[in-house]
Amino acid sequence: MSYSVLALLLCAGSVVAGFLGALTGLGGGVVIIPLMTLALGIDIRYAIGASLISVIATSSGAAAAYVREGFTNIRIGMFLEVATTLGAVAGAVVAGHVSTAVIAVVFGLVLFSSGLQTFRATHDIAGAAVSSPAAVRLRLPGHYPDGGERQEYGVTGVAPGFGLMVVAGGLSGLLGIGSGAVKVLAMDRLMRIPFKVSTTTSNFMIGVTAAASAGIYVGRGYVVPELAMPVMLGVLAGSLIGSRVLVVTHSRILRRVFAWVIILLSLEMMYNGLAGRI
Amino acid sequence: MTKPPDTPPGSDEALELLLGRLLQAGVLVAAAVVAIGGVYLLIVRGGERPAYTSFSGAGAALRSVGGILAEARALKADGIVQTGLLVLIATPVLRVAFSLFGFARQRDWLYVLLTLFVLTVLTAGLSGWQP
Repeated sequence: MSYSVLALLLCAGSVVAGFLGALTGLGGGVVIIPLMTLALGIDIRYAIGASLISVIATSSGAAAAYVREGFTNIRIGMFLEVATTLGAVAGAVVAGHVSTAVIAVVFGLVLFSSGLQTFRATHDIAGAAVSSPAAVRLRLPGHYPDGGERQEYGVTGVAPGFGLMVVAGGLSGLLGIGSGAVKVLAMDRLMRIPFKVSTTTSNFMIGVTAAASAGIYVGRGYVVPELAMPVMLGVLAGSLIGSRVLVVTHSRILRRVFAWVIILLSLEMMYNGLAGRI
Repeated sequence: MTKPPDTPPGSDEALELLLGRLLQAGVLVAAAVVAIGGVYLLIVRGGERPAYTSFSGAGAALRSVGGILAEARALKADGIVQTGLLVLIATPVLRVAFSLFGFARQRDWLYVLLTLFVLTVLTAGLSGWQP
């Protein structure tokens, strides 16, 4: 396959990945890495480098649209970025010392559990009615627009949410993904933040988390311009389309469809890792 | 969706809007640089049959900020693309730096501290710091 054809395939796949990533707040990495490794046979380290770049583009490109809609909570984002950036640097350091088969299996497990979590969520959580004292001290509670009305929400579970965010950052740094699934899990399940606020704030944080480990990956040569170029441009285009659709679609149906895609990909990733093909 | 007219300049909403625009601008600049370098890359290397099935890593010049900028100044396609990627990586870092000013203007010292901490971690990662 010539480089022109490879670039075209990567770009097309990345458009789809960016679209799904922005719609669900999970980021494009969960689709990009299986696409590059399973479908195109690219070494997982190159895939991780390109994916990490693409999640920065997804996050930053879509953030502007989300912020305008008023769903993003920058205080929650900044507070939790303390956890995710620390985790991300640790994850990127660990990634340099483990085999690619291990990374593939961990990636599959993360994918599988995010798929299950997404699938289990059958209702949108309206948010905590009463905030915990810690959340109030940190000024985390906020509001979002709901049919022209201002919907207030509380925040709780600050300590467990922060802890899971360290893990989310670690996985992001280890696997080159946004780990939006874990971020959303921490926010909507543990901290009881409304789903749309969770997904958009998660999206806002993903870029910062990824930037924390991106420097380390560039230094290791995981980021090659030939592969990162079509992936970044494709994901960016897809995420811009996706962020325009988010506001008008039902999050519940989206989550179910995406859950199935993720579960299937995760099984294939784990199988390939265990079979020593990655 | 229209913003309420009473959004004060120092409020969270105004800060969020500014940060959103900053991110958008950074990504657009990065995408433009990557696209220009990308077209050039396709012209000069489009017919090659590179193997990415085994890992050898990016060339040494493309692994550090100094090396990347030197390649771009020499008008090499891969250096131009990589420079665009550096702009992209720098965008969320700039976003964090800007929120520092925003929180300082609100005299929210707790968040100034939290932001400073995040900025330190980001700078350490970006400066090529390798433990």
